[in-house]
Amino acid sequence: MRGRPLLYTSYEADSAMLPSASKKVAMGVLLLVAFTLPLQLIPGLKWLGSNPWLVVLGQALIFAIGALGLNILTGLAGQVSLGHAFFMGMGAYTAAILGGETGRGVVGFGLPIWIWLPAAGIVAALIGILVAPTAVRVRGLYLAFVTIALVFVGDHIFRNLRIVSGGPGVGRTWPPLEVKLWKEEEPLLAVSSDGSWFGIDFSRQAKQYIFLLGLLIVFALFHKNIARTRLGRAFAAIRDRDIAAEIMGVDEVSYKALAFAVSSFFAGVSGALLASFFGSRTPESWDLVLSVTFIAIILIGGAGTTAGAILGAFFVVMVPRLVENFTRLLGELTGGEGVLAAIANFILKSGANDFGLIGTSVIGPGLSTFQVNLLLYGLLIVVFLIFEPLGLYGIWLRVRNYWKGWPFSY
Amino acid sequence: MTSGVVIAQIATGFDKFLNALINGIALGAVYALLALGFVLIFKATQVINFAHGALAAVGAFLTASFATVLNFPGRFLPDMPNWAQWSLSALFAVLAAAVVGLFVERIFIRPMIGEPLFSVAIITIGVDIILRTINDDFVGQGARTLGDPWGIQVIGVGNLFINQTQIVTVGAALLCFGLIAWFLRSRMGVAMRATAFDQEAAQAQGINVGRVFSISWAIGAALAAVAGIFSSMAPRAAGVTNFTAFVVFRAFPALIIGGLDSVIGAVVGGFLVGIGEVVIGTYTAGLSGVLGVGFGLIVPYLLMLVFLFIRPYGLFGTEEIRRV
Repeated sequence: MRGRPLLYTSYEADSAMLPSASKKVAMGVLLLVAFTLPLQLIPGLKWLGSNPWLVVLGQALIFAIGALGLNILTGLAGQVSLGHAFFMGMGAYTAAILGGETGRGVVGFGLPIWIWLPAAGIVAALIGILVAPTAVRVRGLYLAFVTIALVFVGDHIFRNLRIVSGGPGVGRTWPPLEVKLWKEEEPLLAVSSDGSWFGIDFSRQAKQYIFLLGLLIVFALFHKNIARTRLGRAFAAIRDRDIAAEIMGVDEVSYKALAFAVSSFFAGVSGALLASFFGSRTPESWDLVLSVTFIAIILIGGAGTTAGAILGAFFVVMVPRLVENFTRLLGELTGGEGVLAAIANFILKSGANDFGLIGTSVIGPGLSTFQVNLLLYGLLIVVFLIFEPLGLYGIWLRVRNYWKGWPFSY
Repeated sequence: MTSGVVIAQIATGFDKFLNALINGIALGAVYALLALGFVLIFKATQVINFAHGALAAVGAFLTASFATVLNFPGRFLPDMPNWAQWSLSALFAVLAAAVVGLFVERIFIRPMIGEPLFSVAIITIGVDIILRTINDDFVGQGARTLGDPWGIQVIGVGNLFINQTQIVTVGAALLCFGLIAWFLRSRMGVAMRATAFDQEAAQAQGINVGRVFSISWAIGAALAAVAGIFSSMAPRAAGVTNFTAFVVFRAFPALIIGGLDSVIGAVVGGFLVGIGEVVIGTYTAGLSGVLGVGFGLIVPYLLMLVFLFIRPYGLFGTEEIRRV
């Protein structure tokens, strides 16, 4: 049977995590590259290992964890949820109460990460279970509206529970990303300060990146294992035809509750990490825009697939930064002479009468970088849905299949 | 965002209630207009239109530019009274918004016919982001006044204070409801109802379903624009801002309470939510220590959640029948 990668002779082989040898090798190489990125070993990827980019990648890793969660609920179980931000906020504030410090009008117990991180997930999951019965009663698009309501009610609670959130526009301190046994001064594993790990000097950003990468791998394995086992098949059955699933013995109520619980667990952890990573989040940040971002991530990446959710997260987080760099590059080019400068001048808008698309300041004429990002983001959602409903994952499949059959077209 | 509680605080007792009720009806008219446009689009094309708020903001911005900056068509009709000039500007803005709606349908929605409803709904989120970003860029920071001749003038009847804009709002809303009622009985309206009932059967009867789609989006966008205009006027707002589009999020509960696919439900739900928001907001304003500041703003959502548990398909919505 060797050399026939698509021939599976057992269920185990068919549902294996990495079904072929080439996939195992590719995954190994990918992980190696990902982990050694901060060391800046690979010539072409050195820029990606610089500190500013490691912060971007860290955010992408956190978003990937959240996206995997939404992917279970929306991609696998087919329940449209616009309430992901609410669960993230719940997780974040659970973490803040348990792991944060008391002071400036907010409470916090200062407990270590191995308590606040799982607790953030568990509390969010419990709230997910509370919400789930609504999802059984309210179907399809009505559910989207219920989950929007969650975001707004949550927003109101977060704003007004000043003792937890610090109040609108103010925010609070968040627990740092440090691995401690208990409340000792010297952390067991210092993640949020420069220093050496295993004899190699790492910057703070590099350490956080590696730590978050490790967490993402754990959650990706968790997600993949849900997707390829009994639970995932039950979710898919509910997604594809709920009534048929019920007839086959898939209990709709409990599986939907489970989908909400697992999804919210991911969201809670992701929210806690996000707040801890940036160290400043006001109560307004858990809003509908964040929920929509996650919907966009799984759609752009490819709904229902593990790789898609992660790809989507990286794409959505990194594109704005690329646009920013592009605008800066244009600004530098306009200073020079020649064809490039002329083109840059054409795109960039500096004065009121200057024809151009991208403005150089936030308030001045032309679209600001932020607005260009938004515009691009909207366009990406539309373009992907119209032309490639399977998202980035679908593009990858097409590329792969092209080379698989090469030089034949199929 | 506009505040939920804009009440003459001097009034007490029954007058306080009446004042809240009047404010609620005026707000409800805006919600009802938004919900109505939304329902028309949903009924005819099965699309949940998350870009509705953006269309409302576009309408309000166009009115602001037509009435103030461009003075169109007022500059050609200098003898007309102010209110008529402004109304014409608003009318042209609404028509322009309808054209925007047509384009949105043609470019973004038409290619998605036959795709899952969820995908189309998410596309409209993308459209919303695009429209809103462009519109916000035109609006700029701060508020752009609509230049309406009523401003903050108030009519006082005893202890009651009614903004002139509120009377105009309710009047315009009633006019729109009348027009829609008339339209739904016209030839095109019947075609739309037939399409809503069964697309294929309608097509077999010779109805141009594509045209029905276009027209329903144009009408939906026009209604959204009217709502956008009146939601960015005194006393609720100083003009169009970058937040005008978000008014639609508080009209969503109206949709669900009325039922996603019911025209009457949208109107009833709109007024229910508007009155509920203002009246409950007024009477809970003193309890902000317990319920939090701005409790009135989430009242629509709480109402919606309660309604969903009692009637999952809204007051007038059709119950989904599940067949094996």
